[in-house]
Amino acid sequence: MNIIVCAKQVVDASEIKIDSSSNKPILEGIPKKISDIDKNALEEAIKIKEKHNGKITVVTVGSADAKERIKELLAMGADEGVLIPYPDKYDYHIVSTLLAEAIKKIGEYDIILCGEASTDLFSGQIGPKIAGLLDISQITYAQSVNAEKDKVTAERNMGEKSVTSESSYPVLITVTKEINEPRLPSLMQILGAANKPINEWDIESLVVGLEPKIKTVELKGVSMDRKNIVFENNLDDSVGKLVDNLAKDGVLG
Amino acid sequence: MSVNFIPTSMKLELNDQQKMIQKMVREFAEKEIAPIAAELDEKGEYPTKILKKMAKLGLLGIIIPNEYGGAGLDTISYATVVEEISRKCASTGVITSVHNSLVSWPIMKYGTDEQKKKYLPILAKGEEIGAFAATEPNAGSDLGAMTTTAELKGDKYIINGDKTFITSGPEAGIIIVFAVTNKSAGTKGISTFIVESNMKGYKVGSIFEKLGINASKTSELIFENLEVPKSNLLGKEGEGFKIALSTLDGGRIGIASQAVGIAQAALDESIEYSKQRQQFGRPISKFQAIQWMIADMATRIEASRYLVYNAAYKKDNGERFSKEAAMAKLFASDTAMDVAIKAVQIHGGYGYTKEYTVERLFRDAKITEIYEGTSEVQKMVIAGSLLR
Repeated sequence: MNIIVCAKQVVDASEIKIDSSSNKPILEGIPKKISDIDKNALEEAIKIKEKHNGKITVVTVGSADAKERIKELLAMGADEGVLIPYPDKYDYHIVSTLLAEAIKKIGEYDIILCGEASTDLFSGQIGPKIAGLLDISQITYAQSVNAEKDKVTAERNMGEKSVTSESSYPVLITVTKEINEPRLPSLMQILGAANKPINEWDIESLVVGLEPKIKTVELKGVSMDRKNIVFENNLDDSVGKLVDNLAKDGVLG
Repeated sequence: MSVNFIPTSMKLELNDQQKMIQKMVREFAEKEIAPIAAELDEKGEYPTKILKKMAKLGLLGIIIPNEYGGAGLDTISYATVVEEISRKCASTGVITSVHNSLVSWPIMKYGTDEQKKKYLPILAKGEEIGAFAATEPNAGSDLGAMTTTAELKGDKYIINGDKTFITSGPEAGIIIVFAVTNKSAGTKGISTFIVESNMKGYKVGSIFEKLGINASKTSELIFENLEVPKSNLLGKEGEGFKIALSTLDGGRIGIASQAVGIAQAALDESIEYSKQRQQFGRPISKFQAIQWMIADMATRIEASRYLVYNAAYKKDNGERFSKEAAMAKLFASDTAMDVAIKAVQIHGGYGYTKEYTVERLFRDAKITEIYEGTSEVQKMVIAGSLLR
């Protein structure tokens, strides 16, 4: 079974601080990592490979330093990496087109696995757009996947309910965080990753004349100003007033 | 072995592989060790489950060559592993250090092919945990005063004596034991043996109640006519003192790394706490008194870490490193204690309670100034090397 996993390098969102004067996130010097849910996608790919054998190729569109992150995925269990160097500009159209073209170039595949969305901008568009561009079926928000010889079944997380879908191959599946616990590579696997190939494919070798279609206009922190209302009277009075105020603000149903 | 950490080029940075290892161990420690470290300390419970998981990741065979099932990694990688583990649990840190530095290493260095084939794979897989038995009730810093004896009878050595303060004593399956084979030869009459805990005459004595590192069980070992096959002599008869000293040189890199881990944890906790704790209407991190403590703590930790890397680098490159390892251990352990004291001070009354991690770090830090050579012994080693 040939599996392709799309993985994105993101800034570690837990390390982002908001500049209080400009209300803009400070992105310089923030450590980068592979988007958590993409690691879930790889973990699922490894599990499928353990059952059916085959090959896992990881594809990343991102800045040159993403190579180091790809090595981590190779250590986890991917067999080969593909990096399409592209400045981090967050245009979904370009990224999904590049990924789809790279997947076409790889050629043989049965399953494409993606995270349901990336942990930085969480658009959730990339997986479905790739499936559209490749004209293959897709199953989104999978919280469990069962890959069999001729078909794959996935349980989709729909909030309060779940839907079980089935598809033949090839298929693109986006997974949720709940699907599994990504493994840590052992020291031996880290050492072994150095010998696994990472190919760099130029944008021009995949597609020409790509123009961004979506522009990020502004990136800013969500300000959460406190009202700082203090109720100082006796306890019963204060509780009553607090409840009234919360109800007025629509916090209580 | 690729070590891109090259002080001569003044590029003081871990190479990509070392960074990846550091990141993996950091994630492992955060996920698997941090949630249970306080409980293990409180109950004095040996971290058996953690060690099993570490074995799966290859962390118990870090320095053991590939052919014996280990990762065959360099000492700098090893130091980063011990630091990251110790950052979340100093007890697991010392168990890891002893297992690798004091047990696997002397077998790698002085063992026969047969000994290596027999014992290294078991240690690499973590099927047995290692212990190092040199210290005796009356022979600590002065190892030459040991009285445990080993007498060759037929194809066996018969060992009699008591060892004390043995890390992992009650849990270890493979123990490096030092005993006198020739009383009249002084330190040249000491020999080293690879002992298995299931050998006849091997007994675990009292388990000590300690100030800190409570999850690493420390005990006496009692040998009453302990029967050890002649083939388990490590090195030659009379080489024991030399083996002990060279092994402890490497061990000191491990303990210095443990000290850096404890100190880093104390700094991490202090930074987080001081930014949250409000007094006089603002976070205490806004006060110069706190800022200066944080600055001193961070500076000493950074210096300690580079002393460790320097000693490890020299070891990997086959240079003499006794002095550097002693300096790293002396400075890092002193730093761990100093930083832990400041961390408790920054936490105020809360830092004195078991609710806060710095209380455990404070207790754990002290031992790093004592075991595998007290600070005073490190100074003897450093001065001895300078005044030779």
